Amino acid sequence: MIAIVDYDVGNLKNVYTALGDVGLEGIITRDKKVLDQAEAIILPGVGAFSDAMENLRKFDLIDTLNANVKKGKILLGICLGMQLLFDKSYEDGEFSGLSYIPGEIVKFTAPNIKIPHMGWNNLIINRESPLVKNIGTEDYVYFVHSYYANPVDFNDVIAYAEYSVKVPGIVQRGNVIGMQFHPEKSSTVGLQLLKNFKEILS
Amino acid sequence: MLTKRIIPCLDVDHGRVVKGKKFQNIQDVANPVELGRYYSEQGADELVFYDITATYEDRDIFINIVEKVAEAIRIPFTIGGGISKVEDFRKVLMAGADKVSVNSAAVMKPQLIKEAALKFGAQCVVLSIDAKKNNHGSWDVYVKGGRENTGIDAIEWAQRGQNLGAGEICINSIDSDGVKKGFDLELNKKLSDLLTIPIIASGGAGKMQDFADVLKVGADAALAASVFHYKEILISDLKNYLHNEKIPVRRV
Repeated sequence: MIAIVDYDVGNLKNVYTALGDVGLEGIITRDKKVLDQAEAIILPGVGAFSDAMENLRKFDLIDTLNANVKKGKILLGICLGMQLLFDKSYEDGEFSGLSYIPGEIVKFTAPNIKIPHMGWNNLIINRESPLVKNIGTEDYVYFVHSYYANPVDFNDVIAYAEYSVKVPGIVQRGNVIGMQFHPEKSSTVGLQLLKNFKEILS
Repeated sequence: MLTKRIIPCLDVDHGRVVKGKKFQNIQDVANPVELGRYYSEQGADELVFYDITATYEDRDIFINIVEKVAEAIRIPFTIGGGISKVEDFRKVLMAGADKVSVNSAAVMKPQLIKEAALKFGAQCVVLSIDAKKNNHGSWDVYVKGGRENTGIDAIEWAQRGQNLGAGEICINSIDSDGVKKGFDLELNKKLSDLLTIPIIASGGAGKMQDFADVLKVGADAALAASVFHYKEILISDLKNYLHNEKIPVRRV
């Protein structure tokens, strides 16, 4: 059973449905006992970084997340949920994140690009991992974000997309994984990535 | 490389997809969930569903369709039509939509854009503008399905929408809509040059070259309805054509 963390950051049903596509049973919850018992935890999220952190605090979920990450449980952050895994974000201020992966969330600054980075972009593999099994450079995923992760160690990046800079698409440090794009909205490529995620759980 | 998007638009009335020509003479076409799935398999990058039902009771039928679409397809989709308050945004987002398009209500109450962007994130707020060229060489914003001229300058309104927090602008040219003579290139170029958020060109697609033309002047996405519904253009063929025209597209 995969716990999808419910902390009032938009609709989580799409993630739940996509897990079902690959034969994973999800449960949308903010119950700490359920999170502790889950096989893995997914931290989704859309909206603003500071609001999301505030909600994690409000529902008293940070200690539970920390404890589960510490004992080696796999945590997958999606979109804003991935950004929360880093040390801090400069979205409308300066806010602390969960600090599972060293690095910061910064705004796109290049002139002549449209912001948000919105639409389908291809993934370029930075390092081999079971997470990108059967994923090639012609495989596109759906991004929508105005800030991107700038990790201290680029070796934490498994795959990135080019958009004025190398935009980390999939990151991993130990048992903590992040996807900046929406696998649940990325058609067959998204399904392959969720299948890969399922395989690393077993 | 970020690709240009092709977006089929489905006008939904009483739970069925219909397509109007210049917003009139509406004809029944198909089941929205089936058509959505078909487009998704063909390689559509996103879908837009416009609720064109008039009555309040029919809104519930529509929400039910949004839920069914979210269960059936795995590409992003936008809901528009009849969105007039923050609560409407919440309803369709919770039903599974990824973005919400707002048109007339935002003209009446621009703060709606700001409120929705703050609450749900700019990425899900699409400002849809119906624009018609006037005699002075600029474009006026029309509301109420293209029936009423507000006298507001469309380009200024788009810029204001961006400043209020819209994540994207969908510009629908009333002059081009349904007549299949190509998108309004001048308007799309002006907006693409001026704005920093993505632009979706809408209204006027007739042949594959029309898509290439508008994407080349700077639009980030092109939206069409009838050419796809009546299979005059297959999305897979269109993607191959655009690829040959050196326009970055996602092919499935």
